[in-house]
Amino acid sequence: MDIKKIANGEELTVEVSGRLDTVTAPTLEAELKTSLDGVTVLVFDFAGLDYISSAGLRVLLSTQKVMNKQGKMIIRNANDSIMEIFDVTGFVDLLTIE
Amino acid sequence: MAELNVPARVDNLDEVIDFVNRQLDETDCSMKVQVQIDVAVEEIFVNIASYAYAPGEGGACIRFEADREKNEALITFIDGGVPYDPLAKPDPDVTLSAEKRQIGGLGIYMVKKSMDGMTYRYEDGKNILTIMKKL
Repeated sequence: MDIKKIANGEELTVEVSGRLDTVTAPTLEAELKTSLDGVTVLVFDFAGLDYISSAGLRVLLSTQKVMNKQGKMIIRNANDSIMEIFDVTGFVDLLTIE
Repeated sequence: MAELNVPARVDNLDEVIDFVNRQLDETDCSMKVQVQIDVAVEEIFVNIASYAYAPGEGGACIRFEADREKNEALITFIDGGVPYDPLAKPDPDVTLSAEKRQIGGLGIYMVKKSMDGMTYRYEDGKNILTIMKKL
């Protein structure tokens, strides 16, 4: 998994690529923990993301809860496999997906 | 049939996924089916690694079998940990808001939804869980 962060004022874009699984999810979680202060718009760009398991969903859910308090969170460019996982788990209704 | 025996530890997840993908490479399964199987294998193996032997350690056996006639893959997970039937667990409510959402149980729910069959039995002191997916 690779993480790239692009900050633009109060907007932060996080590009996540590769596999977001049990092994890699804690890295993303730790990265986000120190990045969200003062952020009102958080964009996840999943163009390069191939795979997500429940460990990745857990990070998205906890991040969504943080962003509900301080602004909004947007998911972009999720591929079909990942969209299907969002669908099955009801995450399509929790997340803002563009 | 192919078989992999590893210590049931989360840091062996990559080895387990690689093993399954090597077997799937010999079938004609689509990328979509492979991702669904990978997710199922991860959820089940991580469950075993996290709970079967806690706080101790033990082994896990993963067996892969492709039935060419029926065009399906059978993957069996065997561990000697505490008896645990993941099928007995109630499904999580996937309609709740983010604030009320519990993430527990979501992994197995994803497996149930994406596989075409799932059986569990406890035999000779072992948990034996098999998932079936049409290729």
